[in-house]
Amino acid sequence: MTDNTVLFEIKDLEKSFGDNLVLDHISTSVKKGEVIAIIGPSGSGKSTFLRSLNLLEMPTGGTILFEGQNITDKHVNIDKYRQKIGMVFQHFNLFPNMTILRNMTLAPMKLLHMSEQEANEMAMGYLERVGLLEKANAYPGQLSGGQKQRIAIVRALCMNPEVLLFDEPTSALDPEMVGEVLEVIGDLAKQGMTMLIVTHEMGFAKEVASRVLFIDEGRIVEENTPKEMFECPESPRLREFLGKVL
Amino acid sequence: MNNFIQSFELNFIKDKRYMYLVEGLGNTLLITFFAVILGVLLGFFIAVVRSTHDKTGRMKFLNALCKFYLAVIRGTPAMLQLLIWFYVILVATPLPKVMVAMIAFGINSGAYVAEIVRSGIMSIDNGQFEAGRSLGFSYRQTMIYIVLPQAFKNVLPALANEFIVLLKETSVCGYIGIMDLTRGSDIIRSRTYEAFLPLIAAGLIYLVIVMLLTRLIGRLERRLRTSDR
Repeated sequence: MTDNTVLFEIKDLEKSFGDNLVLDHISTSVKKGEVIAIIGPSGSGKSTFLRSLNLLEMPTGGTILFEGQNITDKHVNIDKYRQKIGMVFQHFNLFPNMTILRNMTLAPMKLLHMSEQEANEMAMGYLERVGLLEKANAYPGQLSGGQKQRIAIVRALCMNPEVLLFDEPTSALDPEMVGEVLEVIGDLAKQGMTMLIVTHEMGFAKEVASRVLFIDEGRIVEENTPKEMFECPESPRLREFLGKVL
Repeated sequence: MNNFIQSFELNFIKDKRYMYLVEGLGNTLLITFFAVILGVLLGFFIAVVRSTHDKTGRMKFLNALCKFYLAVIRGTPAMLQLLIWFYVILVATPLPKVMVAMIAFGINSGAYVAEIVRSGIMSIDNGQFEAGRSLGFSYRQTMIYIVLPQAFKNVLPALANEFIVLLKETSVCGYIGIMDLTRGSDIIRSRTYEAFLPLIAAGLIYLVIVMLLTRLIGRLERRLRTSDR
């Protein structure tokens, strides 16, 4: 699925909170259509890395080029940039006071100036794809965790983003609901969506990812195809980590 | 019983004395209504400034100004503020007294509304901000479309309480010579030398208005809560 267009070119990315260096010279690139799983122990900086890609965390050093443009530059319109980068959170963050349909159509209508009818039709299309058409007029409080997360994914899709970022999308779910969410993400992978996924689901990473990043103590320790990564891990840290989680 | 009817006639019917209550009520409602509007506008503005400063560190100067305003308004009695507006600050202007009262009470109420709304904004999970921003909304749009509607819903009971307090607080208007409901009933008392009926009547009218208001807000709350299940 990947063509060779580079979407992200990340160089020496650094983030510190006070004296605490959370990201330590991270460099990597992401091509269009890649599905990258980011794994690592908790507190390793993998979420911070993901969040700095859409500038929810402002990097304190290094550069992030997106389609050749340095997005950490002061003159870049962050809001416009974020429209192209969808994000799915661990805790869904649906808007509880709006119906599912409104959750999905608010941003396209206000930001892309879609008409209500256009936005509704698009949203209904996505709802059908994730099997939640009958929930269009429900409120988030009436949905299960797995349903909420599927909605959060299609809400991000409604902005027609070029990349989707997932920050531990299944960590807040009851075990029996993990599957339905991973299935949606897997379908997106098949359709060629570029995705970066911070996850603890090793089986899923192995199956869906085209590349796996292992981050520890703010550095990319190892970066490889899932097969290589899980079958013959090189670094002792990764071996230790996999020994604990597999 | 005859006594009561006589007394009623003396206090309310004779010389159309009920008009003191009617006109007084009119002034009370007028002052409260515009003070609420001014207070809400001011309060929301200050709440947004204050929480934006707390969240992002921007707007240092405006924030300092708002804090000063809050300290002064909340640190002095409303009645004293009314007197200062009337006898000091606006003494040289030809503004009608009722307008002075609207300004004084509106600016007073704004301080309390501001803190109520700010607590509402702070109660909204940061994930809501992040979800808004990650979709591409600016800080301002996130506030307007996503955070403030939820904050408003959460603070509605506290806001309603503030309005009820305000309604009753306007009863000090008599001090600058406005005939509000309280002063109106007191004028009747001074004419008829009977305290019981006029004062109790004024009290009942306040009570009924507050009860109506409570009902109205309750209905609004229920409507906004449809989403919570």
